[in-house]
Amino acid sequence: MSKTITINPVSRIEGHAHITLHLNDAGKVDNAQFHLTQFRGFEKFCEGRPFPEMPALTARTCGICPVSHLVASSKACDHLLSVTIPPTAAKLRRLMNLAQLAQSHALSFFHLSSADLLLGMDSDPKQRNVFGLLAVDPQMARDGIRLRQIGQTIIEMLGGKKIHPGWMVPGGVNEPLTEEKRQDMLAMLPEGLEIAQRTLKSFKKVIAKFPEEIKYFGNFPTMYLSLIGSDGSLEHYDGYFRIKDSNGAMVEDMVPLTDYERVIGEAVEPYSYMKFPYYLPAGYPEGIYRVGPLARLNNCDFCGSPVADAALDEFRQLQRGEPVSSSFHFHYARLVEIIFSMERMQELLEDPEILATRVRARARGNRNEGIGVAEAPRGTLIHHYKIDDDGLMTWANLIIATGHNNLAMNHGIKQAAEYFVDGKNLQEGMLNRVEAVIRCYDPCLSCASHAFGQMPLKIELLDASGIVVDELVRDSPHSP
Amino acid sequence: MPRYPAPPNAPAKVRVVTLRIDGQDIGAREDESVLDVAAEHDIRIPTLCYLDGLSTWGGCRMCMVEIAGSPKLLPACSTQVAEGMEITTNSDKLKNYRRMILELLFAERNHVCSVCVSNGHCDLQDLAVECGMDFVRVPYRNAPYEIDSSHDLFRVDHNRCVLCTRCVRVCDEIEGAHTWDIMGRGVECQVITDLNTPWGESDSCTGCGKCVQVCPTGALVKKGTAAGEMEKRDDFLPYLTQMRGNR
Repeated sequence: MSKTITINPVSRIEGHAHITLHLNDAGKVDNAQFHLTQFRGFEKFCEGRPFPEMPALTARTCGICPVSHLVASSKACDHLLSVTIPPTAAKLRRLMNLAQLAQSHALSFFHLSSADLLLGMDSDPKQRNVFGLLAVDPQMARDGIRLRQIGQTIIEMLGGKKIHPGWMVPGGVNEPLTEEKRQDMLAMLPEGLEIAQRTLKSFKKVIAKFPEEIKYFGNFPTMYLSLIGSDGSLEHYDGYFRIKDSNGAMVEDMVPLTDYERVIGEAVEPYSYMKFPYYLPAGYPEGIYRVGPLARLNNCDFCGSPVADAALDEFRQLQRGEPVSSSFHFHYARLVEIIFSMERMQELLEDPEILATRVRARARGNRNEGIGVAEAPRGTLIHHYKIDDDGLMTWANLIIATGHNNLAMNHGIKQAAEYFVDGKNLQEGMLNRVEAVIRCYDPCLSCASHAFGQMPLKIELLDASGIVVDELVRDSPHSP
Repeated sequence: MPRYPAPPNAPAKVRVVTLRIDGQDIGAREDESVLDVAAEHDIRIPTLCYLDGLSTWGGCRMCMVEIAGSPKLLPACSTQVAEGMEITTNSDKLKNYRRMILELLFAERNHVCSVCVSNGHCDLQDLAVECGMDFVRVPYRNAPYEIDSSHDLFRVDHNRCVLCTRCVRVCDEIEGAHTWDIMGRGVECQVITDLNTPWGESDSCTGCGKCVQVCPTGALVKKGTAAGEMEKRDDFLPYLTQMRGNR
């Protein structure tokens, strides 16, 4: 008889979710679904608020990646002001975004995922956490904590607070950088780079132990979407959209960020509060793509800093120059990006212009629609606002990094579950592998819960044996 | 009745009374309020609607004190001292009432400090900290209030208004425009400009911004400010009051 396995909650991720695996009579997985179970409603309660409040308001979406929302929201507000912000302000925002990238990647790799990698997917679940890591490899645990501290400290030095700094504002930032703080930040970066390099070295030794995971953890052809610099470099703050296909061929390039609606469509499914973005010209669900560190490294021509570029060259050898298709390698890409962030922060801090005191452009709302896009640690983040002539919000749409990966995460858990889960002989390690696929994407579900129009709804009435006797379905008007 | 301005050449035929505040023997002029006398002796009584330089309204009830022989609590801002008064400013009963007043204020409208432009520079927030109001025991009303952003320079967000009437008083007493007033009753009360026209269409508003500077919360703010950026200064008030004299 068919059977359903529910993994609830999915552990060591940010936010709340569960996974259902539908098994057939043979105990094999027929279907797998990833459900985001919480609802936030940010787009709705932002309506009516003055737009200059939006950076702080939307940053409250998340305590892990508030800086990403500050960046995207401030950029959307810059667009509403119709200003070009002072170059130093852009550099300072870029600096904070990189510090956020480093700390968030460190959290994902060390605190959430490294226990799977170092202790093993089948190890005792009671030990398979950051405390278990402390017991087995204290140096690596210390490294993770220190790396995260470096990122968080730089955020605090710039914005006054580690979490939810209010420093990034429409038109720039509200306080310039001092020489003293610059020196303090520069003093931390060599250690951060050393830790990142050391970790990548140990990770490369470990990956040989996971051939099956590499093969079946969301390893399938998709497109990749990311921002890209005007010279094709790895980009996290500005630039253009680039989309490559699974063979590395260019699908879209140098798409202005304000044209996102031409390339990105959004769908909804009845089983999750997370939207399903897709590449619009390819339709749904064929327009599946991935975002985040894996996509950014697959898409960029180069990083632009020496150690990261050398690491990128090695990363590309994983699939002999083809785009790296296994979602397991999100971890690898994350470590390369930590290296990049340390080098790039150093470069920014060594630029004398970073100390300039003109850091804010002043204006009022000069247009009624603004779009801000940036790379969050988990991928491309889009904030799109509409305001009335008095500067009050009338409409908002947020497309969250984790949301872009929604289709891929669902495919990924299905692929892993089909290969690893045997319903007739169920082992905890099998289900942990399904969860570990989700951890590769480092989803931030508190961020990703966003409704789109009227949510579709499906109510099922089950009898005692679990057979559906009746169902009621409300389709979304936005369903493709 | 306005406490200011005191005529510069007023006859000094005022008696001195002796009283006791929190066990401390004090001598004071008989025309002074309990709040003023306490302040002169560094005895802190929390206030919200009171502002040095404006007339006394006594509406917020934060400055309630206990006076021996009186069956009810009295507002320190609008109670004159008298011979032999025994005043308690900080009993457990008063602390409890003050906290309750703050809880009701927070529950009535939508004061979300974390995203407010006045975060870190707000009298209501400071009072909550001072009075140990770490949570609200009554359910929030969550009633939606409008924001009027029609003025060229300023904005009023009724979600954050505590109806202290400082704006009404400063506009009337100092600027002389009387643009602001109060409309409605009870929970429906709201500050309005002119005869409830949008602020940007007000004929009487001079755009001086005094109302914004005296507003204790993020209700009246300068446009273009992001969270935590709205710092106010009301130190000009006693000076303006003095300079205007009786005019």
